[in-house]
Amino acid sequence: MYNQTEVIKDTSELGAEGELIINMGPQHPATHGVLHLVVTLNGETIKKIEPHLGYIHRSIEKMCESLTYRQFIYVTSRMDYLSSHINNLGCALLVEKGMQIEVPERAKYVRVILSELTRIASHELWLGAMAMDLGAFTPFFYAFREREMITDIMEETCGARLTMNYIVPGGLMYDIHPDFQKKVKAFITQFKAKVTEYEDLVTNNIIFQSRTKGVGVLTAEDAISFGCTGPVARASGVSCDIRKLYPYDVYDKVEFDEVIETAGDSFARYMVRVKEMNQSIRIIEQLIDTIPEGDFVGKTKNVLKLPKGEFYTRVETARGEFGIYVVSEGGTTPHRIKFRSPGFSNLSALNHMAAGSKIGDLMATMGTLDLVIPDIDR
Amino acid sequence: MTNEEIKEYIPSIAPNAILDETGEWLNITIEPSELKSFATALKEGKLQMNYLFCVTCVDWKTHLTMVYHLSATTHRQSIVVKANVNREAPEIETLSGLWKTANFLEREVFEMFGVNFLNHPDLRKLILEDDFKGYPLRKDFEDPINMIKL
Amino acid sequence: MFSLEGITSTIQDWLFFKFNPTLALAIECVIVILLAIALFAALGLILVLMERKVAARIQIRLGPNRVGPGGIFQTAADTLKLIMKEGLTPDKADKFLFNLAPFIVMMVAMLLLAPIAFAKNFQIWDINIGVLYISAISSLSVIGILMAGWASNNKYSLLGAMRSGAQIVSYELSAGFAVLTIVVLTGSLQISEIVAAQQNGWWIFKGHIPAIIAFVLYIIAVTAETNRAPFDLAEAESELTAGFHTEYSGMKFALFFLAEYINIFIVCAIGATLFLGGWMPLHIGNWQGFNHIMDFIPSSIWFMGKTFFLIFLIMWFRWTFPRLRVDQLLNLEWKYLLPISLFNLLLVAVIAILGWHF
Repeated sequence: MYNQTEVIKDTSELGAEGELIINMGPQHPATHGVLHLVVTLNGETIKKIEPHLGYIHRSIEKMCESLTYRQFIYVTSRMDYLSSHINNLGCALLVEKGMQIEVPERAKYVRVILSELTRIASHELWLGAMAMDLGAFTPFFYAFREREMITDIMEETCGARLTMNYIVPGGLMYDIHPDFQKKVKAFITQFKAKVTEYEDLVTNNIIFQSRTKGVGVLTAEDAISFGCTGPVARASGVSCDIRKLYPYDVYDKVEFDEVIETAGDSFARYMVRVKEMNQSIRIIEQLIDTIPEGDFVGKTKNVLKLPKGEFYTRVETARGEFGIYVVSEGGTTPHRIKFRSPGFSNLSALNHMAAGSKIGDLMATMGTLDLVIPDIDR
Repeated sequence: MTNEEIKEYIPSIAPNAILDETGEWLNITIEPSELKSFATALKEGKLQMNYLFCVTCVDWKTHLTMVYHLSATTHRQSIVVKANVNREAPEIETLSGLWKTANFLEREVFEMFGVNFLNHPDLRKLILEDDFKGYPLRKDFEDPINMIKL
Repeated sequence: MFSLEGITSTIQDWLFFKFNPTLALAIECVIVILLAIALFAALGLILVLMERKVAARIQIRLGPNRVGPGGIFQTAADTLKLIMKEGLTPDKADKFLFNLAPFIVMMVAMLLLAPIAFAKNFQIWDINIGVLYISAISSLSVIGILMAGWASNNKYSLLGAMRSGAQIVSYELSAGFAVLTIVVLTGSLQISEIVAAQQNGWWIFKGHIPAIIAFVLYIIAVTAETNRAPFDLAEAESELTAGFHTEYSGMKFALFFLAEYINIFIVCAIGATLFLGGWMPLHIGNWQGFNHIMDFIPSSIWFMGKTFFLIFLIMWFRWTFPRLRVDQLLNLEWKYLLPISLFNLLLVAVIAILGWHF
């Protein structure tokens, strides 16, 4: 991003007496990808954090301007790769809304189950990675044990483990695997039995609690002002669950609680995600036995053309509100497409949350923000 | 607060605004010079639009349109505020003083479309290289090496 | 019966019979040096493998299992890889200090080996201020770490070294006080006498509750002193990439790595000697029969068993706990551990004067 001379110039501009500037990233064990933070330190205390983005920018928005409405869904799997199903679902919902496509009930049920499985898988990975940021290696392996079951289910049903591309406008690409229901139930049983291990290893650990409680506090007002969504905002007491506020597919038919904590610190964000996993299990349990028979994809034209106008849909990914804004001129490709990614807004709050704390706190704060860099860079 | 009430309320704070209801949400087009005062009225007035969830720009080849998606955590009604700026020297007031999220979102628009945000506290490139030439998301952007024409 | 004591005295007698005393002493020195280096190499291989196996066991996985049966040659293969690697020195580093630092850390670890009693009458140097010697020498390792951090010319290294300095200097106090409690109980600084005093029971059993408190304090303090998780702030990889040894590679890195494991061995050996009776078998008061059966187990096995039990304990900590923050780490020492150990020492002094221990 910078050439050599500019780095030095930058340093001399920022580095006042007694300040130390370190570049965390783009290759750093804690940034989970190619995030580059320029951290100004005074001893161990952080004075300022400046994110530098773009190391994995693929200009997806520009690319989408020349992709058709069937094609652009597959690009979105590569943004927030941990909630690729939910991203795909958002795009499918947008096209369905624009063209008034009827989606069969069976497809709606499966989509919601897959979204929730994706959410659990994403939170599991986050749990492991966040514990690792705090120096505890073991929870990572326990979290991946359950996540592995989900990826196996995904592999069997969608043929992929990470970038699924299973949801298409109008429903699903093909029907679910015959073993799908059995496997999901087996996963639920296993998850319920093993979730207590996380409590023992992480939640009730005194060191973990002292590392996260009161760290990286974000007030409700600031959370709204920074546009934070998802578990980050809900931990500050802001109700922002898209599944509750603007239900899509069959979320209005299932019962679940929006998890809200009020402390706004890293521990609250941790608790929100752990409780959300349980709520996701609750949603899946309500749906898995009642998947209706019938078509898995609605009738659509071969060439999709969105009418002239502007469309916006939002879905709740594992990280928060994912919005897609499409300006259509009536053709087969969008005129302009904008992805409102949750991580981008959450990242903008990082400086506010971590300035003034210790380097160790930065890891706790950044870990609980759950940043996925391709989602931020797009 | 319903959509109708918002529609009736808007002309009282911005008499020159053009309202458009064809889309999903109420679209309000406003002069760029009035944006700041209008946005302040939206946030601090009766509507309490405290949640800015999307800032972007659309290149119409003749002009650029800034698009702000606003919502409120109290009544949950969303509106869209638009402002047309000219394409040669686009300039508009920053909203980062009202909504902190606008800081980063405007920086992204700045480098991708070249819109100059007046009074922005930290208007630097966020994603692109510092010496990058051109505005990639504009329609006339050409990059013979990395772009494939279909 | 096989005993290390017999072997050493046989060799010594033979040497003094064959050569004049000066030459015999010189040859003995060479033998001891070779033995120490061999022990280091063996310990490095065993402890690294043990750590990986313990970690794997805790983390529901298998650990190394490809090189040799059950992966026992994995560390040998790793060592070979490290030897083959290029030892880089950064351009703007202070080259002399940069290359000196790993050797200082290693030398300190080696010096600490001298007064440890590995078995009955099997000790390199039974110095009469053994405990004092250990406390004095172990403080030196911080110089090596600070040197490495400073000379690397890397900000992460510097931060790591500074953290390490603050940490080792603080925790030395608690470790020292914990060691002093046993000195007070025994009335001697000599390792062999401390072991001999545990003839009728280990100090952790004889010393009532204060000895147990001292033992817990000692384990916490030495975990911090050896920079092990949950106190591994000096090399906190999620914060400082690798801390003070970020810039080291190849064999120079291996020396740091080895020194860490040797240090663990040494502090655990000292812990075993002071609290768990060293090579002394488990004796209970006047139970002659029981004590006699216990004596049949060789003293070296007792010593190694106790030491490796403590090493396992420290490894268990590492793979279970998250890392502390730097201010919490210092708070723990100065606000909790230090006052407790001061009070504990006072209590032990009273017990020792009134002769309340067994």
